[in-house]
Amino acid sequence: MIEVKGLHKSFGDEHILRGIDFVFETGKTNLVIGQSGSGKSVLMKCMLGLFTPDKGTIEYDGKPYSTFTDEQKRDLRQEMGMLFQGGALFDSMTVEENVMFPLRMFTKKKKSELKTRVDEVLERVNLVDSGKKYPAEISGGMQKRVAIARAIVNRPKYLFCDEPNSGLDPHTATVIDNLIHELTVEYDITTVVITHDMNSLLEIGENIAFLKDGVLAWKGDKSKIFKTDDETVTDFVYSSDLFKKVREAQQQGL
Amino acid sequence: MRYLQSIGEYFLMLKGVFGRMTKRSVLKELIFKEIDGIIIGSLGIVAFLSFFIGGVVALQTALNLNNPLIPKSLIAFAARQSIILEFSPTFISIIMAGKVGSFITSSIGSMRVTEQIDALEVMGINSLNYLVFPKIIAMLTYPFVIAISMFLGVLGAYTAAVMGGFVPAQVFLQGLQEEFEPFHLFYAFFKTFLFAFILATIPSYHGYYMKGGSLEVGKASTTSFVWTSVVIIVTNYIVTQLLLS
Repeated sequence: MIEVKGLHKSFGDEHILRGIDFVFETGKTNLVIGQSGSGKSVLMKCMLGLFTPDKGTIEYDGKPYSTFTDEQKRDLRQEMGMLFQGGALFDSMTVEENVMFPLRMFTKKKKSELKTRVDEVLERVNLVDSGKKYPAEISGGMQKRVAIARAIVNRPKYLFCDEPNSGLDPHTATVIDNLIHELTVEYDITTVVITHDMNSLLEIGENIAFLKDGVLAWKGDKSKIFKTDDETVTDFVYSSDLFKKVREAQQQGL
Repeated sequence: MRYLQSIGEYFLMLKGVFGRMTKRSVLKELIFKEIDGIIIGSLGIVAFLSFFIGGVVALQTALNLNNPLIPKSLIAFAARQSIILEFSPTFISIIMAGKVGSFITSSIGSMRVTEQIDALEVMGINSLNYLVFPKIIAMLTYPFVIAISMFLGVLGAYTAAVMGGFVPAQVFLQGLQEEFEPFHLFYAFFKTFLFAFILATIPSYHGYYMKGGSLEVGKASTTSFVWTSVVIIVTNYIVTQLLLS
């Protein structure tokens, strides 16, 4: 569980986060949604330890990050998995080497043991036959799956996903969403997903934080977000034509 | 003011490079990869340039020696001095700033653009040590490249001067040994080590701290080449002033 309390972050005169309070629950996919510039990425970078908050605390399983020693911070980083927007796979390494990378860096196991774990994870993301290929030789959806495999290979406690569906077709996006959700339940991870994708909201939105101008404007789950009357949320959720039409149809009882 | 900030950032980068070390077995592999890419990969062009520039130096000297009072052995002497003192250590380094420097800047810059450096940081890896330290260690073998360049430069001069019929082989070899100062070799290799460090770190700095997209990677490579060359030339002047004057 990650608990964010009264989080503030500014860059110069720009006040990006203005007192965020939210609990990211374990075993659930926690979605952070909001318009561009609402502070989603800054919030995630604060949770990853890449930005230091100006005020407020972030607690990992009840322990405030500000009290961690350098060594504890390093250990915490090794308990985190991150899925970047573009995958961020290492171009010079094969799929197998990419997935093996965190294991090679942080464990002292034999190569054969590492290989077994890599095969296991690649099988889990349905990429058994692509181990020897380079990232440039596989599709965008496959690259995302490799990135997921790399993120979970160390059995992390926390998984962060930055717009995992960007640039993917709707079908592949659903596959990625479901994979993230299944792994969250299977490994009992605290998963934080930043997204603009309303389909993700419908698929995996178990615990949702809606940010607007650096403030937590709404929180709830997927069953509540489509019923809320909160205008700031409905303006965002029903901004696409498709969702507008679905809403009109619902209102007309169709 | 911006230049001062860049200088400060460069030294902070160096502090980061020698900070928390990457796992030894991984580092060893990275160093060999860099030696292969940076050093071995440059041998062909260095050999080609050195041989022909050595030949041209000998030709130019021979063609400009019109005074019968000046001995023909001067052709070998002039070729040796210009190759050992300046051409191999300094000018090959400037060529390497274009070849190796651009490669380093663009490869690190691309990693920055595609968030691969962020991925390393999130994993808890000291990205500066992981990316730059192996390049510095690999560049410690750079003096071998320069030694090869010196040898081929002199060989090129011999070929052009002797085969071209400007000077007999015996006279050339005699000129080659005339007033030879072993200290000049020390001077040449001392500055080669400095240039190696510059070649590994300045392009890395420009790649690591670049901002923007793929267009900026190209711009960073150009800036990196300009600054690496400028620093090599200035360092060359200072070292020459300190060691030879």
